[in-house]
Amino acid sequence: MNEPAISVNKFRKVYGDYVAVEDISFDVQPREIFGLLGPNGAGKTSTLETLEGLRSPDGGTLRVMGVDPTRESRKLRNLIGVQLQSSCLPDSITVDEAMKFFCAYHAVDARYDLLDRLGLAEKRKAQYHQLSTGQQRRLALALAVAHNPAVLFLDEPTAGLDVATRVELHGLMRELQATGTTIVLATHDMAEAEEMSDRVAILLSGKLAATGAPIDITAQGARLTKVSVRTYNASLAENGISFPAVAQHLHKDDYNIYFSTDIGPTVAAIINHIESQQDMLIDLRVERPSLEDRFLEITTTGGAR
Amino acid sequence: MSAFTNHLTFEFRTGVRNKTLLLMNYLFPLGFYLMMGLVMTKINPAFGETMIPAMVVFAILAATMLGLPDPLVSAREAGIFRSYKINGVPEISILVIPVLTTIFHMVIVAIIITATAPLLFGVPAPVNWAGFTLTFVVMAFTCAGLGVLIGVISASTRITVLWSQLIFLPSMLLGGLMLPYNMLPDGVDKVSQLLPATHAMNAFRAFAFDLGADFNPMGSLIVMLVGGILAFGLAIYLFNWDSKNKTGRGNPVLGLLVILPYIVGIFLL
Repeated sequence: MNEPAISVNKFRKVYGDYVAVEDISFDVQPREIFGLLGPNGAGKTSTLETLEGLRSPDGGTLRVMGVDPTRESRKLRNLIGVQLQSSCLPDSITVDEAMKFFCAYHAVDARYDLLDRLGLAEKRKAQYHQLSTGQQRRLALALAVAHNPAVLFLDEPTAGLDVATRVELHGLMRELQATGTTIVLATHDMAEAEEMSDRVAILLSGKLAATGAPIDITAQGARLTKVSVRTYNASLAENGISFPAVAQHLHKDDYNIYFSTDIGPTVAAIINHIESQQDMLIDLRVERPSLEDRFLEITTTGGAR
Repeated sequence: MSAFTNHLTFEFRTGVRNKTLLLMNYLFPLGFYLMMGLVMTKINPAFGETMIPAMVVFAILAATMLGLPDPLVSAREAGIFRSYKINGVPEISILVIPVLTTIFHMVIVAIIITATAPLLFGVPAPVNWAGFTLTFVVMAFTCAGLGVLIGVISASTRITVLWSQLIFLPSMLLGGLMLPYNMLPDGVDKVSQLLPATHAMNAFRAFAFDLGADFNPMGSLIVMLVGGILAFGLAIYLFNWDSKNKTGRGNPVLGLLVILPYIVGIFLL
């Protein structure tokens, strides 16, 4: 296996008496898109900002491309690109100036093509305060990748973005990955994490609750498949009906929702029941457990590896 | 174009684009200058003989005490310095570049005042241009250092206003701009030596206008120079990238050490 692009070993971060991160360890491999997930206050930002050299660890060792982020911050600067969650630029800087400004400090040519690609072509002369939130985030992203960093940290990159830009961003992430960039993606959007990440780590109260490929993490859960059914005559709404392998039953918005441990017998029994009641099916959906379901399971039960 | 030059160019443009900086760097000092020229020279003809240095000192105080610190605090509070740190902008650039651009704006205003005051208001021009330039540079350097230090040690923009006014208002009242040093009551004159403006006016009188100094003018230049060096040193030492994540090297109260040369000056000059 290659030397990891990022190595976190027994990392600990405290603020006064509050332990924000407690002895977590994980590696991120080169060219990997690694999702860092967790509810607010889980320790994601502390972990990210320590890897970015903005904070110092209170224990453990961290390395980014073999560089200690705290002690070798100068080396780190050209290795990483960062889109901060709350990144900010001077109000009066124009989009073009910002690109020129940061590229000059990274000693690379300004990448105006990225501005065009991220939909900022019309805004190149606009000052930062004149941009919408989405445009500001797109600019921050363009600045983060302009110097072709080996490791890219994205903190909530799609928050506030429209669908088209979000798709463009995901495409850009895939391209960067293909050209060798390692990406750490912190997000609350589970669908995005599941779609984009090769592996994810779920943090909970400063501890690592789960780590692995989204599909593996999902499989570690209760493995309940969701079956949502809606009929014309509401024959499923009668009390006392039970179907095989159903662990939980809910009724919501004219839908009967069943969580099944064995989808075959459950669906067959439901359809038989509807036919026997001379009812008609309007909609039937079968959904495998998503990363979001597993995430909610972990965060509500306290988590388990 | 190097990163430093690029940064400097952008910062200079900001001084004109930003309405607050435009006000503090140009509109406020030049407006005040015109008002004082029209009113004070009529009310008090003696004011005319020190009008140019007084208005130049006022322009320096406005740009450095009122204009310089606030953007530094706002940028830190808004997380701009975090973006800078991540992208390799050195802290020395963050502190030095606004100073250089502010001094450049001050030079322009000083030239306007010095060139137009004799024509518009019939006040005397400096008789020793080298002395005038030297005093201007030292005063600008000292006040810029103080402005940067205030920007570094202030926890918020509200605190910035307090620190800035603590220097700006006494300078207006006691610094020799409106009222000559020799007319200040006993004791108050010594207190006024805690202010760079007092030393600047003293040096301007002696070195630029041959009006005679109230106390040792060379001592005034030395006090201001040492005060400026100390202010910049403390600003660099106490600099913090992030308002949420304290990474500074010392307590901001250390910034008060900047007053030391002025206290020593009271006893020696």
